[in-house]
Amino acid sequence: MPDVAVHHETVVPQAQQDITDGGPDMVQFVDGEGTRLERTPANTPYADIVEALTPEDGRSMYRDLVLVRRLDAEGHALQRQGELGLWPSLLGQEAAQVGAGRAMRSQDFAFPGYREHGVAWCRGIEPEQLLALFRGVDNGGWSPSELNYHLYTIVIGNQMLHATGYAMGMQRDGVVGTGDEERDAAVMAFTGDGGTAQGDFNESLVFAGVANAPLVIFVQNNQWAISEPNYKQFRVPPYQRAQGFGFPGIRVDGNDVLAVYAVTKAALDNARSGQGPTLIEAFTYRLGAHTTSDDPTKYRSAAEVDIWREKDPIKRMRGFLSQKGYADDAFYASVDREADELAVRVRTACQNMPEPSQERMFDEIYVDPHPVVEREKAQFLEYQAGFETEGAR
Amino acid sequence: MAAQKMTLAKGINAGLRAAMEADPKVLLMGEDVGKLGGVFRITEGLQKDFGEDRVVDTPLAESGIVGTAIGLAMRGYRPVVEIQFDGFIYPAFDQIVSQLAKMHARSRGALRLPIVIRVPFGGGIGAVEHHSESNEAYFAHTAGLRVVACSDPADAYWMIQQAISSDDPVMFYEPKRRYHERAEVDLDPQSGSRLGLHDARVVRDGTQLTLLAYGPTVKTCLQVADAAAQEGISLQVVDLRSLSPLDTETIDRAVKSTGRAIVVHEASTFLGLGSEIAAHIQQECFHHLEAPVLRVGGYNIPYPPSRFEEEFLPGLDRILEAVDRSLAY
Repeated sequence: MPDVAVHHETVVPQAQQDITDGGPDMVQFVDGEGTRLERTPANTPYADIVEALTPEDGRSMYRDLVLVRRLDAEGHALQRQGELGLWPSLLGQEAAQVGAGRAMRSQDFAFPGYREHGVAWCRGIEPEQLLALFRGVDNGGWSPSELNYHLYTIVIGNQMLHATGYAMGMQRDGVVGTGDEERDAAVMAFTGDGGTAQGDFNESLVFAGVANAPLVIFVQNNQWAISEPNYKQFRVPPYQRAQGFGFPGIRVDGNDVLAVYAVTKAALDNARSGQGPTLIEAFTYRLGAHTTSDDPTKYRSAAEVDIWREKDPIKRMRGFLSQKGYADDAFYASVDREADELAVRVRTACQNMPEPSQERMFDEIYVDPHPVVEREKAQFLEYQAGFETEGAR
Repeated sequence: MAAQKMTLAKGINAGLRAAMEADPKVLLMGEDVGKLGGVFRITEGLQKDFGEDRVVDTPLAESGIVGTAIGLAMRGYRPVVEIQFDGFIYPAFDQIVSQLAKMHARSRGALRLPIVIRVPFGGGIGAVEHHSESNEAYFAHTAGLRVVACSDPADAYWMIQQAISSDDPVMFYEPKRRYHERAEVDLDPQSGSRLGLHDARVVRDGTQLTLLAYGPTVKTCLQVADAAAQEGISLQVVDLRSLSPLDTETIDRAVKSTGRAIVVHEASTFLGLGSEIAAHIQQECFHHLEAPVLRVGGYNIPYPPSRFEEEFLPGLDRILEAVDRSLAY
């Protein structure tokens, strides 16, 4: 029997990769201390986008990072106080979400998972609207078409296909590649590293590639899918997979808001102009638990978390602004004050959120009347009315 | 337009064509629906006339087909998805029950997903495994979906158009072993009164017992009624047409008029549609019943190799035997 030569590409198995280092392919503009980096082969294609940003843009991005972190902290606290049933924290991922969210135009459409509070913020979703789902008074919390931000999707990866189909609809509507900046549009689909293992994720890449759809797939690789490390999810990093589906993949430092903004803007510009999809892997880290339901100390080391704490996206942006002289202590203090006000506002809104009427659970199941639902609603109301009559006696 | 004689397959094809002509937002999607016209040729000729953007040959990925259809519907399109065979729908099950069925409720009415999923279903064509299943109960059990089944060419022509114009997601079951049955189809939209998408109908009147059926077993039950008539037994046959919602008014009226009922379907009887229908009749028609409600369906086994399907499927003899049992009370 002849020897069978099995050819392997020089892929470094994920298990042997350093999850604290994104490698030379990673696009980065600011280091851990906030120092602006020189041009590198990886960041050069995006340098013009970063250089076109003004000091005011930088301050505004910093403000978003701080406010989103505070919103997230408040969500976590509200869950601990029993006001929310669950909270999926974005702690550590602020730059990935703010950078991506700010690169979008109003006519673009985003399909989030359930952790994208920072993208929601950038789309103009009111922070208190994010709480309804987690407080259990609604399955959504906002109208998706008002601000082109779809409802959170809980089943991992489902939204990737909705995003792809929506992008295919944009193609059919002729809002891609017209050259009109106000009109041309694209879709962003968000998921995590765990989501890349799902069939729907991979099918969305197949469909988007085949259709050359105006889609930007944004994977927040926060290194952990609940308790499972990346090497349990994939053999090659997500950005390297895009090529197999026929379009570019880019790894960006997900804790560098300038880099994420630039890479996402470039990908969205390409998508809007008819050049098809891009997969962006934002290399970042989830500093907290997956949700308030799990305990990360059971599955990962404190040393690893400490390394990533040093890469904090807010500390980094503050360092950048200070080094450049774009912001002073008075600015930082004013942002902190604003964050305090936001926290009070979110907490108050949560506690004052009206309880939905009981019969609402029967509403909007179908567009046209459905006799079974109508009959059960009538029976429910009659049953409830019986209690009220008894109480009145 | 005059009436034309055509097969059930052609009836659906003509209905799809009419819907596409009436509304430019209607899209057909699925594997092989373009040049080939689908494995059953239901979409034959439509890509030639409406183009590749409206009759979309998709990658071979059922979850992808349904999931992207959801996105297209959110963008204002009305996708009609073809699932090639009943047994291939399971990769799309998650998208259908987790997303398609629930999006309207999740968005508190802000989103509508007017999607039709066409499912050729049932056995009797000598196919290999996964090609002969009756999985309608899974979807009828899921709130947010409407589930219907056509049984003849005329009905198929109108029902598919009604399903496409519905703003709710509709699972549209097509009895594949009846695709080649021919009948008159009245193509004139102005003529006569038409049944609604969710109406059941009495397809044969009778006095002694009501057979309740849908899809492929409607014809089987009509054959049973013919055979019984030769023995002097008068059977009524109801084509349920809609499985969710069930037209319980028509069911109740029919069963009360005869006092006896048998539900006939190809799906396994255990927790099949017949279970729900029998329970409903027991609750609502109890004082009118002369005999317990019986069910004749597939056995509680996976759909067997095709050499056994004659025994598996509810045929004339098994249904007639049930009729005898009912009449013996």
